[in-house]
Amino acid sequence: MKILVCISKTPDTTAKIAFTDNNTKFATEGVQWIINPYDEWYALVRAIELKEKDPTTVLHLVNVGGSENDAIIRKALALGGDEAIRVNLESQDSFTIASQIAQVAKDGGYDLVFTGKETIDYNGSSIGGMVAELLDWPYVSLATKLELNGSNASLTREIEGGEETVEASLPLVVSAQKGMAEQRIPNMKGIMGARTKPLKVGEPVAVEALTSIAGFELPPAKAGVKLVPADNPEELVRLLHEEAKVI
Amino acid sequence: MSVLVYIDHTDGEIKKSSLEAASYGAQLASQLGVAAHGLVLGTLNADLPALGKQGLQKVHQVKNDSLNQFDPGQQAAMVAEAVTNLGATVVVVSNNVTGKALGPRLSARLKAGLVAGAVALPDTSNGFVVKKAVFSGKAFAQIAVSSPIKIIALTPNAFSVTNGDGSAEVADINLTVPAAKIKVTGTNKIKGQIPLSEAELVVSGGRGLKGPENWGMIEELADLLGAATACSRPVADSHWRPHHEHVGQTGGAVAPNLYFAVGISGAIQHLAGVNRSKVIVVINKDPEAPFFKAADYGIVGDAFEVMPKIIDSVKKLKGK
Ligand SMILES: Cc1cc2nc3c(=O)[nH]c(=O)nc-3n(C[C@H](O)[C@H](O)[C@H](O)COP(=O)(O)OP(=O)(O)OC[C@H]3O[C@@H](n4cnc5c(N)ncnc54)[C@H](O)[C@@H]3O)c2cc1C
Repeated sequence: MKILVCISKTPDTTAKIAFTDNNTKFATEGVQWIINPYDEWYALVRAIELKEKDPTTVLHLVNVGGSENDAIIRKALALGGDEAIRVNLESQDSFTIASQIAQVAKDGGYDLVFTGKETIDYNGSSIGGMVAELLDWPYVSLATKLELNGSNASLTREIEGGEETVEASLPLVVSAQKGMAEQRIPNMKGIMGARTKPLKVGEPVAVEALTSIAGFELPPAKAGVKLVPADNPEELVRLLHEEAKVI
Repeated sequence: MSVLVYIDHTDGEIKKSSLEAASYGAQLASQLGVAAHGLVLGTLNADLPALGKQGLQKVHQVKNDSLNQFDPGQQAAMVAEAVTNLGATVVVVSNNVTGKALGPRLSARLKAGLVAGAVALPDTSNGFVVKKAVFSGKAFAQIAVSSPIKIIALTPNAFSVTNGDGSAEVADINLTVPAAKIKVTGTNKIKGQIPLSEAELVVSGGRGLKGPENWGMIEELADLLGAATACSRPVADSHWRPHHEHVGQTGGAVAPNLYFAVGISGAIQHLAGVNRSKVIVVINKDPEAPFFKAADYGIVGDAFEVMPKIIDSVKKLKGK
């Protein structure tokens, strides 16, 4: 069993969101970077659990980006995984990134590719589906459970207002979300070990981007809260009905 | 040339998010001066000509029961074939659970740029630029699509359903049905509840409610309003509420007309999932709770005292 987990670098959840260069670039100054929580807590941890169950499993991580991503990749390796591959390409759009990952997956002969359900910066939910299509593999998105039985996978995926159980055979692409696994904190041994695990740098395949970011904008500021006295909650209901007209 | 809207359905009915997508697709088509078509894969009970009300002129259907079980690979191949046959230049899907799997596959298959999570009609004055929410609702990006075919995945509850009086022509379309690689073995829907992602009103509880035994007032208010229920992350993590109710940066994102938050502090990660709600109400006993800064209406008070009065008042309003 060979598993590939996609690792994305995103701003910390508390990072201030601001833009530079005439609102065309995200202002990175002072921003702390983290592993995209969905990749880390759900995709990577589930892959590590699968390797713990079957130690013959080979677990690799993949990231597309420049060398400034190495710190995040090492952080992911501190949780688990045998080695990481970084495809040396400044990310452009989801399609260029997915094309690199698909190539790595093809070249490496993986059976299972994991992504998180989305990244918390561009909220695209796109990489997994694109990789699956490029490889012509089945794709189970928004998965909350995954069990392997030889070359068969049983999964649970989200549907509107509930969930569905599905089966697919490997090779397979899965996007993971809450429920798939529980967040783990790396231990000292993991952190020390991560320093010596191989981090291979691969060259990108040539692909043309299909989209680009023309600019950013911040949402309009809220007008401010209208406070209703605690001894008159009926007034709140009246305001919601007559003023806001939402109930 | 045409705009093709993928019509998603469940239990025989068209999803509300697809009616939004149809309304959006029809308006886009008239903006571009092309026809608006719909594509239905599978069988349903819904009245398909009624999609004319949203402005679709023609609805193409592949009547095949097996397609009611969703395999994004199989469906992407079929939609791609329809796009080619019908000469569509824009495909609109909802960015719901189905669209999040289908949109990217279709994008890679057709080498068509995807805007996942559009919140407005494209600006076509100079190219094709679509606004979408980024940084978990903390900002918007303008995405320029450069490929000849474009795919737009429309954020649910971001675009209103139009209700005109047209009627769409419905016709069978002949598309190759590839073998499904995903087998659905069971479905577990929470009966009688409004799915959070489709809800126009949401009542949500946080750790301030102290324990799962106190959720009666959240459920009662939601019931009276016809709202869905949600919760903060620690509430789901402590198993007071099911995981699918967790909203925020690492849970679901919602954008209802009303988000009614009780005993939730309003941490930045929570706000990330709810900040696109049209009206936010906060009930919190701490006047310094950060949520008040993001709220439209609020009460500084003890939820256990305030909520029963609110419930009574809503009962009166609803004549119950
Ligand atoms: C990477 C990361 C991701 C995260 N993702 C999410 C996410 O997706 N969603 C999410 O919700 N959180 C998320 N969090 C956690 C977040 O930071 C907060 O810890 C969490 O939202 C707090 O939940 P809460 O408001 O219910 O609880 P608390 O912070 O404990 O707040 C409880 C609130 O209830 C009020 N209260 C207490 N008693 C009463 C009463 N009787 N009446 C009225 N009010 C009362 C208190 O004043 C307080 O404001 C994330 C954190 C991190 C680090």
